[in-house]
Amino acid sequence: MSEPTDINEDMRTRRRFLREGGALVSGVVVAGGLVGRKASAATDTAENLPPNVPEWMKTPGDPMGSQPYGTPSSFEKAVVKNIAKDLPQYLSASGRTPLQDLDGIITPNGLFYERHHAGVPTIDPAQHRLMLHGLVNKPLIFDMDDIRRFPSESHIYFLECSGNPNYKKPYGKTASDLVGLLSCAEWTGVSLKLVLQEAGLQAGAKWVVAEGADAAALTRSVPIEKCLDDAMLVYSQNGERLRPQQGYPLRLLLPGFEGNMSVKWLRRLRVAAEPTYSREETSKYTDLMPDGSAREFTFYMEAKSIITRPSGGQQLSAPGFHEISGIAWSGRGKVKRVDVSVDDGKTWQEARLQEPVLTRALTRFRLPWHWDGKPVVIQSRAIDETAYVQPTLAELLAVRGEDYYYHNNAIWPWHIAADGEVTNALA
Amino acid sequence: MPSRESRIAIFTAFTLVCLAPAQAQSPYGIGRVATPAEIAGWNIDIDREGDNLPPGSGSVSHGREIFDQQCAACHGARGEGGIGDRLVGGQGTLATPKPVKTVGSYWPYAPTLFDYIRRAMPQNAPESLSNDDVYAVSAYILSLNGLLPADATLDAKTLSSIKMPNRGMFVGDPRPDVKNPACMRGC
Repeated sequence: MSEPTDINEDMRTRRRFLREGGALVSGVVVAGGLVGRKASAATDTAENLPPNVPEWMKTPGDPMGSQPYGTPSSFEKAVVKNIAKDLPQYLSASGRTPLQDLDGIITPNGLFYERHHAGVPTIDPAQHRLMLHGLVNKPLIFDMDDIRRFPSESHIYFLECSGNPNYKKPYGKTASDLVGLLSCAEWTGVSLKLVLQEAGLQAGAKWVVAEGADAAALTRSVPIEKCLDDAMLVYSQNGERLRPQQGYPLRLLLPGFEGNMSVKWLRRLRVAAEPTYSREETSKYTDLMPDGSAREFTFYMEAKSIITRPSGGQQLSAPGFHEISGIAWSGRGKVKRVDVSVDDGKTWQEARLQEPVLTRALTRFRLPWHWDGKPVVIQSRAIDETAYVQPTLAELLAVRGEDYYYHNNAIWPWHIAADGEVTNALA
Repeated sequence: MPSRESRIAIFTAFTLVCLAPAQAQSPYGIGRVATPAEIAGWNIDIDREGDNLPPGSGSVSHGREIFDQQCAACHGARGEGGIGDRLVGGQGTLATPKPVKTVGSYWPYAPTLFDYIRRAMPQNAPESLSNDDVYAVSAYILSLNGLLPADATLDAKTLSSIKMPNRGMFVGDPRPDVKNPACMRGC
């Protein structure tokens, strides 16, 4: 479900071909312009470089309305979700954010990672309902207009799949292969606490069972403490309504908890005294230990970081100055510090954190670095406000074994060869 | 203009509402009351004790027929797995270097089987099986795992009474469980 896999170059090429073909058919003026520019870029001549006047200054550009919903430059079309081509099936599957191609902390909605358990449903918001029942004084049904009438709030939180990555080889080649089931967005919705108060919690309310309106009717139980703390019912992401892949029209959002618990396409909340012990919290999303026991209800995503630039699959052009940049996060709160080592872990130095450092959001870190052109191993280590330190893979494996599967928050080092090629140092 | 008495009555009623326990209020007055029939139609989750299991029953033999038609293409003819998860075997492997997690070896509670099959299976047509058929398929899968006799019939009571072999092996979350000393020099 979240096995590390190579980027699907074939699929990208095919998609690129289909997109260009479609563009040529659908818009003669626009498509002609794009292809022309591409062709001139590919010929690698100096005709658009100083002292010459570039061709795109000699003719008007695309007219207003060419793209009613804006899309990235055609030169960025390789930046897409990382979807493996060898998955056993594509209905219960995941697609990764191309972390190594992104800057800052906000994931564009079209590149937000996806994990669904029975495909992406198409839901008419006018026909969507949220039922709230169980240990409440007044069971209620809300339509989407009702949900949007509640006082709203917006917060930036990361979301990460619990299986990101596996503990077993083969390990992925890129940052996306390794931890691409991670994204971060500004979420807008209503505090779940307000909605629960609307129905009135009864004595003995200890859990809330959340159920999706997808074909898996995915079900997870959430402790009432989380529901009354920072849990949200979310309808917008980065300013626009949720994408279908992210639960349109309504999802649960549990900051810092493993991603699957933020139930998408949310249709029902049952307040209960006990968890429901659904398949997804017993046979899946439990952590098998070497002694045969298994940890259940392992909600939090612990502190973690990864260098995204330079990272696996990239190439340093030459020795000299290079900024090391990456992302850090913790389900238990704020990132307090990120250490970076550029000598295979022998010494570490503190990276600079980009403000604002937000609770349960990605934090961008940076370290100026001068590469001397010799082979080197670089890596980062996050420390959160609880003083927890991101562990090495060896430290994790020593306690959990390689069949633990979920919650792998290991430090991931990159090897840089003398020719500048960056590869996974543990692969 | 209301009389003084009625104004006092209104004021008293208002005060009583305000003084009632917080959980009795609906602060925003948003949403409408869900009817018992509406709740009954959607309230499908079944806990580990089997509370909320519906009436009906199904036999292992009928379950085999359903399984062959609806499940075997993904889960294998005898539940050995394929595109879908392996469902059978693996008991005694969880503490070995090659653990095999199946319904029989790993799932802690039998009623979860009914819950999951009804809500999510078969993958191409979830919620299409009758409750009798879901009992039957559950019975067959349990039978393949040696947890039900081949001539058994399953219903709410019998499903709830099955004790899964791995039931006692789940523990709470002890994390943080790994300590990195955060060495800075001479590591």
